[in-house]
Amino acid sequence: MAAIKGISVKSFGLKDNRSALPYLLLAPGLIYLALFFVYPIIALGQMSTKTSSGEIGQYEQSFRFANYVDAFLGSKEQFSRSFIYATIATLLALAIAYPLAYAIAFKSGKWKNVLLVLIVAPFFTSFLLRTIAWKQILGEEGPVIKVLRGVHIISPQTSLTATSFAVVTGLAYNFLPFMTLPLYASLERIDPRTLEASGDLYANVFTTFRKVTLPLSMPGVVAGTLLTFIPAAGDYINAAILGSPSNKMLGNVIDARFFKIVDYPTAAALSFTLMAAILILVTVYIRKAGTEELV
Amino acid sequence: MAVDASTSARGDLVLKNLTKSFGDFNAVDDLSLVIPKGSFFALLGPSGCGKTTTLRMVAGLEEPTAGSIFVGETDITDMKPYRRPVNTVFQNYALFPHLSIFENIAFGLRRRGISDAEVKTAVDKVLNLVELPQLATRKPNQLSGGQQQRIAVARAIVNRPALLLLDEPLGALDLKLRRQMQIELKWIQTEIGITFVHVTHDQEEAMTMADTIAVMNKGKIEQMGTPEDLYDSPKTAFVANFLGQSNLILGEVSGNDGNNLIVDLFGTKVAVPKARSSAHGSSVLVGIRPEKFRISPEGKNVSGNVLTGGKVSDVSYIGVSTQYQVEMPWGKELMVFEQNDDNEEMLRKGQPVTLSWEPLFTFALDGSENAAAGSH
Repeated sequence: MAAIKGISVKSFGLKDNRSALPYLLLAPGLIYLALFFVYPIIALGQMSTKTSSGEIGQYEQSFRFANYVDAFLGSKEQFSRSFIYATIATLLALAIAYPLAYAIAFKSGKWKNVLLVLIVAPFFTSFLLRTIAWKQILGEEGPVIKVLRGVHIISPQTSLTATSFAVVTGLAYNFLPFMTLPLYASLERIDPRTLEASGDLYANVFTTFRKVTLPLSMPGVVAGTLLTFIPAAGDYINAAILGSPSNKMLGNVIDARFFKIVDYPTAAALSFTLMAAILILVTVYIRKAGTEELV
Repeated sequence: MAVDASTSARGDLVLKNLTKSFGDFNAVDDLSLVIPKGSFFALLGPSGCGKTTTLRMVAGLEEPTAGSIFVGETDITDMKPYRRPVNTVFQNYALFPHLSIFENIAFGLRRRGISDAEVKTAVDKVLNLVELPQLATRKPNQLSGGQQQRIAVARAIVNRPALLLLDEPLGALDLKLRRQMQIELKWIQTEIGITFVHVTHDQEEAMTMADTIAVMNKGKIEQMGTPEDLYDSPKTAFVANFLGQSNLILGEVSGNDGNNLIVDLFGTKVAVPKARSSAHGSSVLVGIRPEKFRISPEGKNVSGNVLTGGKVSDVSYIGVSTQYQVEMPWGKELMVFEQNDDNEEMLRKGQPVTLSWEPLFTFALDGSENAAAGSH
C-alpha cells in the first residue's frame, strides 16, 4: 500500500485540467484491491480476536488479543521452520538463477528468447502438478536417488522424499523463475562496455564481477530474493507434498486450522503474525541492501 | 615495416602482420605499423574498415587471428587486457554508473593496490587537469556528455599508461562541443606526453588532433602521413576522396617538362609536378582540390593550368565560400569552391566559364584507380 501512495504523490503533481485522468485509471485497481484485499484483511483482523461461541464454526467478537500469544506459542516450531526453509530455498534459488540469468543476458546470442520462454515454461503446468512431479523425481524409483546411491553419496537406506531436503529443493525449484527473471532484467541492462572498461582498468574477471557486475545487478538480486522469499515463507504445498509431519511449515498449520480443525481465530491470528514477520524482515532487508529506490 | 632496435627501446607501439578474420572476412588484413612513442596517431576510415577492430586487438578485447603486437620490447599479443600497459577511452565512455566520479577515476589505481593517500592525490590532480574538480562526488548520470567524456579521459590517463586508446571518443557530442574537445584532447596529450591512438571516421577530427594519420580501408592501410601530406599528396583515389573532396580527371601522359609531367586532359595539356604523382603508367588520374580552382567568366585572361569550355550547372552560396558545379565539354562535372573574399560578381547558372589553377596544386594518381573510391 505504501508503494501505491508513493506513485500517486509523484504522478498527481500535474497541475492541469486533466488531473482527473490518473484517478480514473487507478480506479479499477483501487476498487479491486478494496474489495479483495482490504476488506478480507479487515475481516481477518476481526476474526483473529474472536472466541468460540460454543458451536463449531460460530464465533463472537471478544477482542481477545491473547489469541495471538496462544497461536504463536502453539506453532513456534513451524514458524521458525518456515523462515529457515524459505531462507535456504531463496539462497539456493539465487545460486542457481544468477549464473543462469548471467548466461542468458550475456552469452546466449540468438537463443536468448528461446531460453527466456523455457524459464517461464513451467508456469504452463499447475504449481500442484509440478510439486507432485518433483516428488516422483526424488522418489524411490526416480533418477536422482539411483544416481546418488550409485555413486555412494547417500546410503541405500536413506530416502529423499519426506525430508527437509525435498521441501527446500521443491521450494527453490517452484520459485526459480521469480528469481531468474528480475536477475535477468537487471543483468541485461548492464552495458557490456562497462565490463570491458573494468578489464581495461586492471580488474581480472573475479574483480570485475565483484566490483562492477554484482553491484550493478543488485536491484535484480533484491527483487528476485523478495519475490522468492515472500511466497516461499507462506507456502504450504511443498511441505504438504514433499515433507513429512516433522517438516510442516506455518502455511500447513494455517491450512489445518482453517479447513480441518475449523479454528478460524487461531488461523487468522497466525496469518497476521506471518504477514507482520515477513513485512518486518523485508523492511530490514531493503534497508540493509540500501536500494529502496531501486525496488 | 622493419622494426629497428631504437624504435622498440623507446616504447613505440608496433603492429606486425596483424590479421583478424571473422569467418572468411578479414576485418584487419596483414596490418603492419609503427606508432612512435609520444605521438598523437589517428586511424581514420569509414565504418567497417577495421580501425576499431585494430584498436580492440591492441586493448586486448579481441584476439588477433595472426600477427603480433609490441609495446617497446614487450610482446603483448597474448596478454590479458588487465595486464596491458594500455588504457581505453570507450565510445559512449562506459563509466561505472554505480560509482562516484572519484571512484570511477580511482578504479584502475585501486586495482593496482595503490595506497588511499596516493589515489587521492592522483585523482585530484587529474580532475584538475580536466578542469572538473567540483564533480568528484557526483554520479556519472548527473554529468553532461562533455563532462562524461572528460571523466572518461581522466579515468584512463590517471593510470599513466604507455598508450591511450580512444575509440570514436567524440562521436556522441554535438558539433560545437566536439570542436572544443578536439582542442582540449590535443592539449592534454601535449601536457602528459602519452602516446594517443585515436580511432575515428571523422576526417576533420583526425586532421585537427593527430600528428600522423593512417587512412584505413578494407582492413589495410591505404596511406599514412601527416595531415598535410595526405591532403596535398594523396596516393590513392580512396584517400583523395575520403580526406576532403577531389576532382579526379582521367588523362594521358604526353610528355615531360623539367619537374613537371605534361598530361593531356581531353585535348588540353596541363602540368603536374612529378613529385606529386604516384602513377605507374601513362594513364593517370589528375587530381585538383575544389578550393584550388579559380573560376572566371569565359574569355578572361588566366594563367597556370587552364580548362576552357565549362558551363556552370549549379551554384550554392554557403557563406565563407560559394560552391559551383561546372559541367565540362567531356560531360563530367567538376566541383569548385570559391572564397567569397573579393568583389567579383557571383557567377550565374548556365554561364560559360574557364577554370584555372597553379600547376603546383595538382596531384596525379595511377589511371587504374577507381575515381569514385572513398567518396562521401
